[in-house]
Amino acid sequence: MFPEYATCPLTEQKLLDEYFIENRTRLLEIAAFLDRLDRAQEQSSSPDFRTRAFLQALEVLFSSAENRTEQIQMIFSDPTLEPLEALNQKSARGAYQRV
Amino acid sequence: MEYIDMHAHMVSRTTDDYYQMALTGCVAVSEPAFWAGWDRSSADGFADYFRQLTEFEPNRARQYGIRHYTWMCLNPKEADNREMARAVLARIPKFLTHPNVVGIGEIGLNRNTRNELETFKDHVELAVEHEQLILIHTPHLEDKYKGTRLTVETLQSYERIKPHRVLIDHAEEHTVKMILDAGFWTGITLYPNTKVSAQRAADIIEMHGAERICVASACDWGPSVPVAVPQFALEMRRRGHSEELIRHVIFENPAEFLGQSGKFELAPKQSKTLGTAATVN
Repeated sequence: MFPEYATCPLTEQKLLDEYFIENRTRLLEIAAFLDRLDRAQEQSSSPDFRTRAFLQALEVLFSSAENRTEQIQMIFSDPTLEPLEALNQKSARGAYQRV
Repeated sequence: MEYIDMHAHMVSRTTDDYYQMALTGCVAVSEPAFWAGWDRSSADGFADYFRQLTEFEPNRARQYGIRHYTWMCLNPKEADNREMARAVLARIPKFLTHPNVVGIGEIGLNRNTRNELETFKDHVELAVEHEQLILIHTPHLEDKYKGTRLTVETLQSYERIKPHRVLIDHAEEHTVKMILDAGFWTGITLYPNTKVSAQRAADIIEMHGAERICVASACDWGPSVPVAVPQFALEMRRRGHSEELIRHVIFENPAEFLGQSGKFELAPKQSKTLGTAATVN
């Protein structure tokens, strides 16, 4: 019914023309966030679990995988299937704390 | 372009938001029962909230030409409290016959606890018993993948559940396929920070197609945008997608899903272009 499925209708050149600047901005925001972490007044002796997940996700960005978004989602996700025995906190924190 | 916001917590929004939604083409909203941002202290507090959803909010929406539909439940954020859940569930059936109530929702898991899972099953059984549509919340951030898997597996254990009468919401790149492959409807919710942007929602439509997928603002009391659905439509247009495809996602799909309730109605002008997907006034 809708033949445009599976691909983006825009050419690579058009995508770059339309979206390069806003994604350049996003990249700079990430760089600035990492610089800010380095400039923090108190540094942990070992990286926080969220920092570790964040850096692991950045490695996926450099890869040539076709499904980078899904891979990064899984880096942040709890991969287990057993329900929690009791509620330990009300809200999620953005990354699964692997032991 | 006309659109239906399939998931909007309008009790948290101002009348100015209704105005903006109406100006941008919104003709109907569906409002799942939700967490207030703090835990309610009694089941009677929920009953008052259900009255707000069934009596007060439809009138507020009507002033802007927007149809208001709603869903009943105790939300996942409070579902770990089993005693409260039992008391609230006992109060739900009398609201199900109200003309704007289209089903049970948004039920599901928050942190994926055993208690939440039991409360989820209680809601599913209530929905089956009363032949209601089901709208399901999936957990946030790191809990989403696990919660979605538990949700799908739990639903598949019920012989009486018809997947085409269930929408599993808040899907993202890593969960959308498992929901669609199991035969359920799904929803993509557009949040500035914690869920999906308009651009990523368009990517998901491009990669997974537009069948059984709705896109909604899920606007509530937190950072969220009540006109997120037209923003999504604009993003689709920016990429060169057809008006027909955009309408399919933001109007015909929610109309088709909600139409299964037997209560969802659109004004004659709107239903002329809709074909058989919704009930005509």
